[in-house]
Amino acid sequence: MSIEVKFFASLCETLGMTTATIDAGAAITIHDAWIIATNNTDYPANTLCAINMEYAHPDDTIRDGDEVAFFPPVTGG
Amino acid sequence: MPAFLREHSFNPLRELNDYQDEHLRPGNYGASTNFIGTMRDFNIDVKIKQMTLEHYPAMTQKFLDQLCQRTISRWSLLDCLIIHRFGEIKPGDPIVLAATWSAHREESFAACRYLMEELKAHAPFWKKELTSDGSRWVHEAPTE
Repeated sequence: MSIEVKFFASLCETLGMTTATIDAGAAITIHDAWIIATNNTDYPANTLCAINMEYAHPDDTIRDGDEVAFFPPVTGG
Repeated sequence: MPAFLREHSFNPLRELNDYQDEHLRPGNYGASTNFIGTMRDFNIDVKIKQMTLEHYPAMTQKFLDQLCQRTISRWSLLDCLIIHRFGEIKPGDPIVLAATWSAHREESFAACRYLMEELKAHAPFWKKELTSDGSRWVHEAPTE
């Protein structure tokens, strides 16, 4: 299955990429997607994640075609 | 109950009046509350020249739309409005407008506060400040 992965704000600069498309043969978690997309980079403790524009947990499972996003704590308003 | 994302500077009081004239019936509401957040030219003791507000466009719109719906339902509001900037922002520029309309003041006050607290805690925006020493990401939301 194909998963689109996005990175925002300081994570883009740390990782040197804004998007990645990963292929996985079986069901994977968000954390698995991070590992694949970032080539085994450690998952920063305060990183937030989302599936299809909704907040999610790193242990949540991804489905084919989902959009996954990783980003630091928010600072809007 | 719309939420708008704006790339360019806006006049919050004009937006508020225009929205109210178009969408609220005089006599129907007894209370309206609004909050306007503007960019400071300092952060603690550091001078800030400019700020870039990055966001996750699709998620931001979805989050703010859901926040408006949730807030109207929770406080039985007549209406609410959010306008939020993104992109390059100068000191003194408005960043956010949150407004609520209700029959009585208690609901209007509480709902406007709720809009802002939820927005600051969860809406996917990230501030990057430009100082005389270069740019830096803001890591925590200020308390005011």
